[in-house]
Amino acid sequence: MTDPLLDIRDLKVHFRIGKNWPFGSGVKTLKAVDGIDLAIDMGEVVSLVGESGCGKSTVGRALTRLEDATDGEVRFKGKNVLDLDRNGFRPLRADIQMIFQDPFASLNPRLTIEQTLAEPLRIHGLAHSAREAREKIAKVLQQVGLDPSVMTRHPHAFSGGQRQRIGIARVMILSPKLVIADEPVSALDVSIQAQVLNLIRDLQRETGVAMLFISHDLGVVRHISDRIAVMYLGRIVETGPKSEIFANPTHPYTRLLLRSIPRPVPNAQRKRLGATGEPASATNPPPGCAFHPRCPLATEVCRTKTPPRIDLGQGHIAACHHTDQREAAPAA
Amino acid sequence: MAGITGKDVVLTDYAKKLETLDAPKGRSLTQDALRRLFANKAALVSIFLLTGLVLIAFFGPYFLPWSYDAVDWSNIRKPPNFEAGHYFGTDQNGRDLLARAMQGTQMSIIVAVVATFVSVVIGVVYGAASGYFGGRVDAVMMRFVDIMYALPYILFVIILVVIFGRSPVLLFVGIGAIEWLTMARIVRGQTLSLKEREFVEAARAGGARPFTIIMRHIVPNLTGPVVIYATLTIPEIIITESFLSYLGLGVQEPQTSLGTLISNGSQVAEAMPWLLIFPAIILVTMLLCLTYLGDGLRDALDPKDR
Repeated sequence: MTDPLLDIRDLKVHFRIGKNWPFGSGVKTLKAVDGIDLAIDMGEVVSLVGESGCGKSTVGRALTRLEDATDGEVRFKGKNVLDLDRNGFRPLRADIQMIFQDPFASLNPRLTIEQTLAEPLRIHGLAHSAREAREKIAKVLQQVGLDPSVMTRHPHAFSGGQRQRIGIARVMILSPKLVIADEPVSALDVSIQAQVLNLIRDLQRETGVAMLFISHDLGVVRHISDRIAVMYLGRIVETGPKSEIFANPTHPYTRLLLRSIPRPVPNAQRKRLGATGEPASATNPPPGCAFHPRCPLATEVCRTKTPPRIDLGQGHIAACHHTDQREAAPAA
Repeated sequence: MAGITGKDVVLTDYAKKLETLDAPKGRSLTQDALRRLFANKAALVSIFLLTGLVLIAFFGPYFLPWSYDAVDWSNIRKPPNFEAGHYFGTDQNGRDLLARAMQGTQMSIIVAVVATFVSVVIGVVYGAASGYFGGRVDAVMMRFVDIMYALPYILFVIILVVIFGRSPVLLFVGIGAIEWLTMARIVRGQTLSLKEREFVEAARAGGARPFTIIMRHIVPNLTGPVVIYATLTIPEIIITESFLSYLGLGVQEPQTSLGTLISNGSQVAEAMPWLLIFPAIILVTMLLCLTYLGDGLRDALDPKDR
């Protein structure tokens, strides 16, 4: 088997919060990402799902070096990118691009669309003249379903969906190898979400770009991904092909997520969710399996021992002590 | 490559249009801002009044029979007298007040513009750099500002004057070099919130260097607060200048400034009210116009707050 395009090994991102000196109450370490392994092949769409604060966005930010990783390796085309300094990493930025969540914050209000889209071209030397740049911009705008004439206008003239298309254009104009989409549709109106999601999927199929799709919404994820990784409190608890995860969820947390997908059935009886309570604090994670305080299957071993990764075949891996005890899979 | 929307025709058309048309016509942000500024009546009136004041202050003296330092021995301490050509009256030394007011306005405008420019340039660059780099750099840069704040600025002006001798230009630069402290703080605060915005992160993810990010993504978005604060700085500088002149560190006789004229006039306000009233009217007009202009500029420059 060939090497994957992106290979994340034991990635850790820890933040120090609080301060000791002079008046602080002590430094705590927030383990936003605490040792994850994940590989993405060429042309593959891997989704990273989990609830707010589980560290999924931090993974994306660490991959684009917006956040410094504490430990681990990120091999992109076989080269560890975390070893590179800022200047060494700069050329790779054209290959690893990011779609941001909030289309209202991700465009500079003072620049025209043309200026916004020309900037990455200029930085990476992909256009040799103003005309060439303009032609590329016209082309990419067309690709994302906008009329090229919009390039002279400022972001305030556009709606959320249109702005997100421009954000996607800013990424696609560089022809990246890997796109990290950090909740690209969660800030949009539901009616627009599907359009933008279809656009992302079409562009992905057309260009064959690999994608890390970060989301909390399994409904959205099901639409777009090949493989799914479920994250809880800085760790990946279950990973596998999309069909496996949906048909055969093994980790109790995955089952909880699947059951919380809203269904368009009015007055349907809401099933009791198997888990209750709030997610544990990342500054002070519970010992053993981090999910045990909320887990319906938790036993003594969960409270003391970190669960091993159990291979269930077909690339389906779950980190749970009780992979043999399955509840009936929800009809998702 | 076939577009997913299958609208290659549109693309070809557009490419053809590009052939014939060098730059597509669109309203630039500046044009947009100017249009909005001129739609604001208060700002428009302010622009006219300010332009008028500046023109009169700089060209008026050439049309007056009296120069600002000429003494009319037959008219000392006289109220406005049109026959003698003293439209604003004369001061205790028999100098024509209109000529002096024009010269004073000139001086005040120069002081204000130069000092504000100096303070804006230093303050914006310093504050944006401090806020953007954050952490230890920020702490060191801001502690330096705190220390500068704590020292009396009079001390700096005196040191500057002692080292370089008394020159009005030096004075303006000196005032500007102190006024930037507040500007730097305001800009730093704004930068801290701006740099968390996703478009700055998008620029970083795109590979932009810190200098580009600060100059292209942060500074232009600071226009609102900077313009407002700059218009507030101008009156402050005019007042500071008059105070320094009073101490003998600023503008020296026979030259004058609005601040000096007013402080001299206020001492004799009961006996010779015209010495206070006329310069005061000019100063108040200028300050009001600057305030309205600042408001108008802020509204015009900020596409978000419309």
